[in-house]
Parts: sequence; C-alpha cells; structure tokens
Amino acid sequence: MNQPVLEVRELKKHFPIRKNVAVRAVDGVSFELREGEILGLVGESGSGKSTVAYTVVGMYRPTAGQVIFRGEDVSREAARRNLGQKGQMQIVFQDPGSSLNPRRTVRQILRLPLMIHGLAKTESEKEEKAVDLLRRVELPEEYLDKYPSGMGGGERQLVAIARALATSPSLIIFDEPTSALDVSVQAKVINRLVELHRRLNLSYLFITHDLSLMRNVSSRVAIMYLGVICEVAETKAFFTAPRHPYTHMLLSSIPVVSDLEEELKPRKVPSVGEIPSPVNIPRGCRFHPRCPEAVQQCREAEPQLRPVAGGTHLVACHRALPD
Amino acid sequence: MTSPSLMAHKTGPTVQRRDVLRRAWYNFSRNRLSVVGLVIVLLVVLLAVIGPYIAPYPGHAKAFVDFRNSNQRPSVRHWFGTDYIGRDILSRILFALRSALLMGVLVLAIAVPVGVVSGVVAGYLRGSLAEMVIMRVTDIFLAIPAMVLALAIASVLAPNLRNAMLAVTVMWWPWYTRLVYGLASSLRNEYFVRAAELTGASAGHIMFREILPNCLAPIMTKITLDMAWVIMIGASLSFVGLGEQPPIPSLGNMVSDGAKYMPDQWWMTVFPAIAIMLIVLPFNLLGDGIRDLFAMGEER
Amino acid sequence: MATAEPLLDVRDLRVSFRVFRGTLSVLDGVTLAVRPGERVGLIGETGCGKTTTLRAIMRILPREARVGGGQVLFAGRDVLSMNAGDLSAFRRKGASLVFQDPTAALNPVFTVGQLLDEVIKYSQGRAMPAKERRAVAAAALRDVALPDPARILNSYPFQLSGGMRQRVCIAMAIGVNRELILADEPGTSLDVTIQDQILRLISDLVAKRNVAVVLVTHSLGVVRETTDRVYVMYAGSIVESAPVKELFRAPLHPYTVALLECIPKLSGERISQGIPGSMPDYLHPPRGCRYQPRCPRAEEGCAAGRPPMREVAPGHSVACYRVAAQGGEDR
Repeated sequence: MNQPVLEVRELKKHFPIRKNVAVRAVDGVSFELREGEILGLVGESGSGKSTVAYTVVGMYRPTAGQVIFRGEDVSREAARRNLGQKGQMQIVFQDPGSSLNPRRTVRQILRLPLMIHGLAKTESEKEEKAVDLLRRVELPEEYLDKYPSGMGGGERQLVAIARALATSPSLIIFDEPTSALDVSVQAKVINRLVELHRRLNLSYLFITHDLSLMRNVSSRVAIMYLGVICEVAETKAFFTAPRHPYTHMLLSSIPVVSDLEEELKPRKVPSVGEIPSPVNIPRGCRFHPRCPEAVQQCREAEPQLRPVAGGTHLVACHRALPD
Repeated sequence: MTSPSLMAHKTGPTVQRRDVLRRAWYNFSRNRLSVVGLVIVLLVVLLAVIGPYIAPYPGHAKAFVDFRNSNQRPSVRHWFGTDYIGRDILSRILFALRSALLMGVLVLAIAVPVGVVSGVVAGYLRGSLAEMVIMRVTDIFLAIPAMVLALAIASVLAPNLRNAMLAVTVMWWPWYTRLVYGLASSLRNEYFVRAAELTGASAGHIMFREILPNCLAPIMTKITLDMAWVIMIGASLSFVGLGEQPPIPSLGNMVSDGAKYMPDQWWMTVFPAIAIMLIVLPFNLLGDGIRDLFAMGEER
Repeated sequence: MATAEPLLDVRDLRVSFRVFRGTLSVLDGVTLAVRPGERVGLIGETGCGKTTTLRAIMRILPREARVGGGQVLFAGRDVLSMNAGDLSAFRRKGASLVFQDPTAALNPVFTVGQLLDEVIKYSQGRAMPAKERRAVAAAALRDVALPDPARILNSYPFQLSGGMRQRVCIAMAIGVNRELILADEPGTSLDVTIQDQILRLISDLVAKRNVAVVLVTHSLGVVRETTDRVYVMYAGSIVESAPVKELFRAPLHPYTVALLECIPKLSGERISQGIPGSMPDYLHPPRGCRYQPRCPRAEEGCAAGRPPMREVAPGHSVACYRVAAQGGEDR
C-alpha cells in the first residue's frame, strides 16, 4: 500500500463577510491523492474546487481540517511552510496571461525559482537549466528572450508549466490549465502534461469543469458541489456507472460530438436551476432543490460519502442511483 | 568560442528592445497632439540648456540697472522689450527657463522615488503596520491644501529657490504614494504575484521586480503631467515672492513685477506668461502619448 | 436547396486591419447565407475571424478595420452601403447581436427594466406609452424563462447570476421581434449546466418565433446540439459548410477532421496530438490554401491558388483541392 502523496481531511475554508455570515466555499472535503495518480476534481463555478486547490497549495489558511503532504502537516499558508515544502508542491493557474508577469522575459521567469531554491549557482548553469526546462515542455530555446505578450496562449501555459517543473516537485496542482485555450492547443498541452506525468513520476491534482477531458486524463474523478465532494470513483467506473443525480445532470449537459458519446450519456436529466450561493447553503442534501430524485429525507439530513459497488466508488446521496 | 545559444542570449534582448522601441514610437505617434507636445518640450529644454549662451544681454540676468533704456517697447534691439530698470526681457526669460525646469526635475526626482517606494510597500503589505503608518501619514499631507502647505513651509524658511523646491517636494510625494498604493494593492492579487510567493520569492523581489514594473505606465504619465504642475506652483510661489529672489530672474517674479505696469507696459508681463504657458501646455499634451506608449503588447 | 431566399447573404466579405506591423488581411472572402428561421453555426478557433465577421455584418468594426470588398445582403439590401437611417432601422428591427460576456454587455448603473425599456423605445419608436413598454419588457423576460419578471425588472445586473444576465441579454435581443440574432459565444463564460439551459432556450425561441440565429462558437459540441447547418471557418475564410448531421458523420476538410480529433470525448478515445503549427500570421498569410502549411494531406498544388468552395454532396461544400466530389464525378 502506497503512502498517499497528499491527504486532505475534513478541510474547510470559510470567508467571513459579516458577523456570523460567511461564504462557505469549502465545507468539509476529504480525499487522498496516491503516488503517481492523476486525480480530477470537477465542479461548476462556485463549487469550491479552486478554493480546495488554493488552500492545499497555501494561498489560504484552512478554517478547519488538515492538509497532509508526504506525511507532514502543512495546514497553513505558504509563507509559514519551509522552502522544501514549497518546492515540492507547485501550482499551474488557469490563465497564463495573468500568471506570467507581462514585464518579464521567459528567461527571468524561469530563473526565479532556480535562484530562490539555490538550484543553479553560476550564470551558465542558470542558462543551461532554463533551456532544459523549456526543452521539457518542448519549446525551443529562442523563447527565453520572449515576453508573454509575444506568445500564444498555449505556449504561455507551457512556460507556466516549465516554471512549475523548475523545483522538481512531486505534486503539481493544475487549476483549469486548458480552459482558456482552443481545443487544438488544448490537445497539445494535455498531451505534454500526460507525457511529463509518465516520464517524471509526478502526481497531479487536476481541477477542471470539463468532464470529457477528465475521461482522457485522470485515473480517478471526484465531483464537487457547493463545497463538498458528492461522488468519487475510478475514471472508468465513474463514466460507465455514475451514481449521483448531480453527476447525471452534468454528464447529460455536456455537448458531445458523436453518436457514440451520445449513447454513453445517461438518460437526459434536464438541467434545472443554478448552483445556490455558498452563503445560503440549502439544508439537508445541498443538491436537493435541483434534484429530480429528491424526497423528504433529502431535505432533512445531509448525506455522507459512503462506498457503493465494491468500495472504491463513493457517493454522498440518500438515493444513489442504480447503474 | 561562443556557442550559438549564448550568441542568441546576447543579441536577443537588444533586437527585442529595438522592436519594442519602434512599436512604442508607433503607439505614441498615433496621437498627433502628443507629438506636438514632445517637439515643444524638446525645444524648451534645448532653450533652457543653451539659453545663457545665446541670450543677447547675459549681464541683465543679474543686478543691473540702465535707466536710459527702461520701459522700452519690443524692438529689434530688445525683441521682448525691457523692464522698468532697463533689463532685456528676452535675456531674463532665457535664464529663468533654467530654474523653472530645474525646479520641476529636482522636485520630481525626490518626490517620485519616495512616493513610489512607500506606495509599493503599503500596497503590497496591505493590512500590516507599515501600510497603516504610510497611509495615515499620506492622508495627513493630503488633507492640507497643497498650496497652503507650500506657502507655510516656504515662508518659515528663508525665501529662495532651494526652499521653494523643498516645500513643493514635501507636498508632492503623497500623490505618488496614493497612486502606486492603488495599483500595487490590485496587482498583488494577480496570479503572477501568487506564483512568485508560492515558490518563496522575497517581499523585496515581489515589490520591486514583479509589481513595480507593471506600475510604470501610470507613473510615467503622472510625472509628465506633474512637470507642468510643479513648474506652475514654482511660478506661483515666486509670484508671491517666496521663490527665487531679485535680481535673479524667475518667470513668476517677472510676471508679478510686470503686473504693476499693466496694461501700458504689457510686454513685461505677457512674455514671461507666454513662456510659462509654453512649458506647461506641452507637458500636458505629452501625457496622453506617454500613456499610449506604455500600452505594451497590444496589437494595434 | 434554394427553397427560400436567404435572409442574410454574405458574399466574399473582406476585412483588413491597419496595425503597427502593416496590414492584416483578417477576413479573406467570407461567404455564407442564412435562411429565415434557420439555425446556423459558425465555428472556428480563436483568431479565425468569427467575431470580426459578426462585427462586419452589424457594421461595428473598430476604427483600425477597413472593409476591402464584398457584400452583406440583409433581405436583399446591402448593409455595407446603407445610409445612417437605414442602418439604424436594420439594427432596430433587423438583426441584433448577443455578446459573449453578459456582464460587460449590461451597463451596471441601469436596472434591467431601464435597459430593456431603452431597447424597446429604440425599436418601437417613441409612440408606445411607458406602461405598455413595461408590459413588453416583462413579456420578454418571461420568454427567456426568467421567473418573477416584476422583481427582475427592478434589479441591477450585478444582483443577477451569470446565467440570468445572459438571459437578459437574449431578452434584449429578441424581446422586440427581430428576424436575425447573431450570438457570439453565448454560453462560453457559463457552466455547462447553465450553458445547456441557455442553448435550449435559444433553440426554443427560434422554433417559436421563426427567428434566424447565427451561433458563433468554438465548441463543436454546442454546434452539433443546437444548429441545423454549420460553417467551419479557418484563418479568415469558410473552409467547409454542411448540414450539421452530415458534418459530424462525414467531415471532409482536413481542418475539420483534425479539429474533431482534438476534442476530448466522453467515450475516452485518445485525443490527438493537436494540430501542428499555429494559426497563420495575417500579415504574411500562406500562399494558396491558408491551411496548407499545417495540413497532412497538402501537396504542391495547394500553395498555387486559393481552393474555391465546391459542392461535393447535396448541401455539403468544401474548399479543398484534395477532397474529391462524392458520387463518382471525380475530375
């Protein structure tokens, strides 16, 4: 049994807005990420998926709960973690337009982590390492002299990925890394990500709203809704036998491009309503106001994640659907 | 024996820089008025530099009296006429340009760094004690009307150019603190700042290498516009007698001296006033162009 | 399939942009037609010129742009040569544009009621009394399935969710009986479940009101589920057009084929490595077919001249030298 790279236990992150009123962005999330795994964390905007990522990486201090990274408790902001922990865990943000400083060249961008972590001493060593990082994401070394504005969106994201690789991390968190890109560019970036994962023995936490993409990339998928995880399963089981009504709604809302896919979608669960504000979370099951299956029990008691079908597939639903 | 990659390392940035400059000029020159502004500014600066050497009567910029030639109308000998004690107005304006521009440059050379540094620190370290102290001090300075503060300082100290500059500098830096504070406190939420923090970059690096370069465009625009303002305030101070002292000429004291002889000897007032306008106006025109110049990376 | 006169007929539209580096020929002969009540998809990647096409049709191009040729016929009249009065009538009663970002499209200082009222006043003339206008506005909100129109009329845009704002934008576009709606990526900034709702809404309205829609998007899936006919655009011109079923069953242009292979599929088929190279530089576009430098099937002839659109099957046209006509009429 492998030790998990990352363990998140009952994580909560609330943002107070007034006395006794808070945005409960993450409201009790637990999961673990095993060595070498790609875990997809999927949800709509407002589900709290990015807040989970930001709290894990240390942009926020958790309100409650724990983040255990390689056996060490890192439940605090990045400023209070040690340099090694920072280098071991990296994040790639959604919009490479804003995650790369427009006034700095690729050379300056790539050298920064090398200098901070003391990975290159001499000038020529820094240059060599920077070129090497570009090579890993298959960009030519001429890119060192470019500014972000002189590159396409896909190339910028590759530079952001190269920067994340600089400190040789074992865990990389991707926050919607391709949702700002065109599909033909997304395909390139995703293929390189998968390739790097295999070659460098990395573990990925992959945040996205795109379920079809997760089908191609991840080994396990977790669905978030309004601050909690409502279903987790191995990718194959997740797509062939989804159990949660919300998963059904999501899957049947995806616009697909072939009849083959159309058949894989669950019977049409028409999407109704919108995700409520995380300030006013519905009582009982958070999904019940939009759920076609809701019964009295759902309005009263909040369901907990429990195993179905063999134990690796977890669902938080009183009325977990049959296959 | 240089490898091709190291060559590229050397030539690359210069090639890019040249391209950036050409693009900047294109952006700038799309605004005709700012090109006009630039040309006038350059002419005024040139005049200020060579003024003392081309002035027809350099001696008239000092203690000099020639009552036979007093109150002369503009003529071939005295293009802008002479004042009430016979000094050549043109020569005195050429000398005064220098101190006017010098005032603008020196005041901003002190006020801008102070304001920018305190603004970046306060903006990035929001919620800290440093922010509290910096911003409250700034508020106090901003709460007192600028001119009143300058008058107070200049009148407590001996009236001369140096103290006038000191007075204006003291009232000027808080505006830069305010400006940069606003910019920095929104830039600190940008993901590139987050990324630098998460890898462990120092606060100094983030403030001065990541945030500050992104504040340059508004700072440069404000500097350009402020050149005009500082020169105006400098002229105002010397108009009320708190700047350069007679017999040394300043545009402000020339206007105020001449005002006593209006409207009959109009040239004593009008020409120095036009000189003030010629300095102030083009800097204002230039400001718009500077803003476009820094619109980097936009395809236009 | 000339069963009906086209409502919108864009012929060989050319638009260029003057920029620092020179002149970018962004639209290089766009030809497309929309019949009354038809749902047409216009698909392409970032920078292919889809938004420029819409802006050229509405004549709201930025100052750097020049129309270099072509026609935009709306109900037989050329929009590009209309005088100010006719142009304003065309925008009032003929066509309207739904923007991608509903937040930026709604002025935050007005209530939804004021925003809608302005549109109704503009399109109906000033004759209609205020009370009646309010009724029309409320009806428009009901049409886009917004609950409690009375409350929403008094709300400011920031008080509504993204999905509700997009519905308000659609209400503004169709609330006043126009014949054509140009929708620029109407669901892109929204979540899939909300996008699904918006797209179903647009489809329903088209059926109910007989309005024609041009849906511009980069999502092939969206096009497949909501339109009747599709135009595929690449680097400033149309490369393929076909009925939607046919396009997805048998795509012909190498670009369309490659694009489809890039899309992650629910069935878990591996996505391709992406399309090699990148969108061409409009300053020096490739000679001949603009896709030719990236095309795996390109041969020498492809750089010689622009491939014309040819109808290779009923209703299915493609601009490619390497695609043979179906039905044995190979030349």
